[in-house]
Amino acid sequence: MIRTENLLRRFGDVVALNNINIHIKPHQTTVIMGGSGSGKTTLLRLIAGLEPPTAGHIWYGKDDLSHITQKRLYQLRAHMGMVFQYSALLNSLNVYDNVAFPLTEHTRLDSSVVRTMVTMKLEQVGLRGFEHFMPSQLSGGMAKRVAFARALAMDPEIVFFDEPTSGLDPISAGVVTSLISNLTKRTKMTSIVVTHDVHAGLGIADHVILLWQGEVIAEGTANEIRHSDDARVRQFIEGRPDGPIPFSRSQTSYVEDLLYKPGTVRMSR
Amino acid sequence: MNKNGAAQDAMWMFFGGLGRWFLRALENMGDAAVLSATSLGYLFMRPWQGKHIVLQLYALGVGSFVIIAITGAFTGMVLALQGYYTLAKFGSESLLGSGVALAIIRELGPVLGALMMIGRAGSSITAEIGIMRVTEQLDALQMMAINPKARVILPRIIAMLIALPILVTMFDIIGLAAGYIVGVELLGVNGGAFIGEMIAKITPMDLYAGWIKALGFGVLIGIISTYMGYRATPTTEGVAKATTQAVVVGSVGVLMLDYILTSFFL
Repeated sequence: MIRTENLLRRFGDVVALNNINIHIKPHQTTVIMGGSGSGKTTLLRLIAGLEPPTAGHIWYGKDDLSHITQKRLYQLRAHMGMVFQYSALLNSLNVYDNVAFPLTEHTRLDSSVVRTMVTMKLEQVGLRGFEHFMPSQLSGGMAKRVAFARALAMDPEIVFFDEPTSGLDPISAGVVTSLISNLTKRTKMTSIVVTHDVHAGLGIADHVILLWQGEVIAEGTANEIRHSDDARVRQFIEGRPDGPIPFSRSQTSYVEDLLYKPGTVRMSR
Repeated sequence: MNKNGAAQDAMWMFFGGLGRWFLRALENMGDAAVLSATSLGYLFMRPWQGKHIVLQLYALGVGSFVIIAITGAFTGMVLALQGYYTLAKFGSESLLGSGVALAIIRELGPVLGALMMIGRAGSSITAEIGIMRVTEQLDALQMMAINPKARVILPRIIAMLIALPILVTMFDIIGLAAGYIVGVELLGVNGGAFIGEMIAKITPMDLYAGWIKALGFGVLIGIISTYMGYRATPTTEGVAKATTQAVVVGSVGVLMLDYILTSFFL
């Protein structure tokens, strides 16, 4: 369904993603995991077409996202939904209008039909009765569920989730992950989830892609990842501070930094 | 390093910095022109943004009326006071009406109206779009297949373009009325002379000049405030900085454009 080919993304001199070749199968939940700064959100934004790759290709069937017209991209997006890390609800609209927004923008449905559909979506995420609340009145978990309902409004084929459980209490995180899992199975949609939450990620994944320093270091089913022998994979899923993935990203000598006096020349850089 | 070498280095640094600043300003102007031109291109494409233009017109125009009315009233009152003080020295108090009217219609109405609009509406446009960038609302619109340039930028530029001439006309009317009250009712200038001189000295060209200035300022404020918000660094500090820059650059831009337009109409 979605395939990337030699994907490269640079920000200035920094290589955020390098040589990414992944295949996302339809009707499955694909979880992209990795530590902070591993490039997983960048990868999600590239796949969603929110950023262009520096090089390489992103294939949606026969459409290459890196060489696509805006019109065609918007046609493809009519079949996509996205739940952003901080929900990205439109501040000026209440819950009802946020969920109804894609419907009123892209369809000519009667307002009573829109109302029914919004009620159904809000019921799916357990927030019926909150229609008149403004985004500022919602908790983080509730805002994420509203964003989920909005992403589902057009019954998309693909839904992207950027850190769906970050900043949520365990119960809200559990509700959100079970929503992703249940709706993916029930509606046959394709879910692409970016997370560093190992427990939640492996719990819902049909397919896992593990990133480290902008490269794919492991790929497979949740079980294959759990039983991987790769030291980097083991360190990540067990959350151990020591191992091949260093905690410190410092570029210079600690002793030299402590002894450095402004205005003098550094020995090494 | 000798004294001459240090002075030369300082000079190079100064001109180098100036050159870099100029190039950056030029780059930003080009970027703003491209962004606004591509956004305005959506005016002629479906889906039409008429409803959103009207909503923005209400938010920017109606929302700014009170501040424009207060500024217009006090400007007219001060002009009448100052004008009377000066004209009385030459025994020409009867010219007060034309003096107040020419100053307001040709110059102060458009310029002060535009400066008030930058502070009241321009800054709010920049902050609003900047916050939409920070909170990923612009990305969310993209993901819902809604073009932010058509939905967010275009209606605000067009609304500013329509609102400013209307608000400047209101500024002029309120300013003239306030000038009349101070000049005629408080200072005792002859009412007939005040209005007669005003009508005799104001030509249609003066009115056109004021409106054309207002149109130009409206476009300028719309472009600067939307551009600053759209290109704001997506952080709290970035939005604050962009909002300040929008007000500063917008105000200086209005004064510069005012000089250029005035030189055409004289």
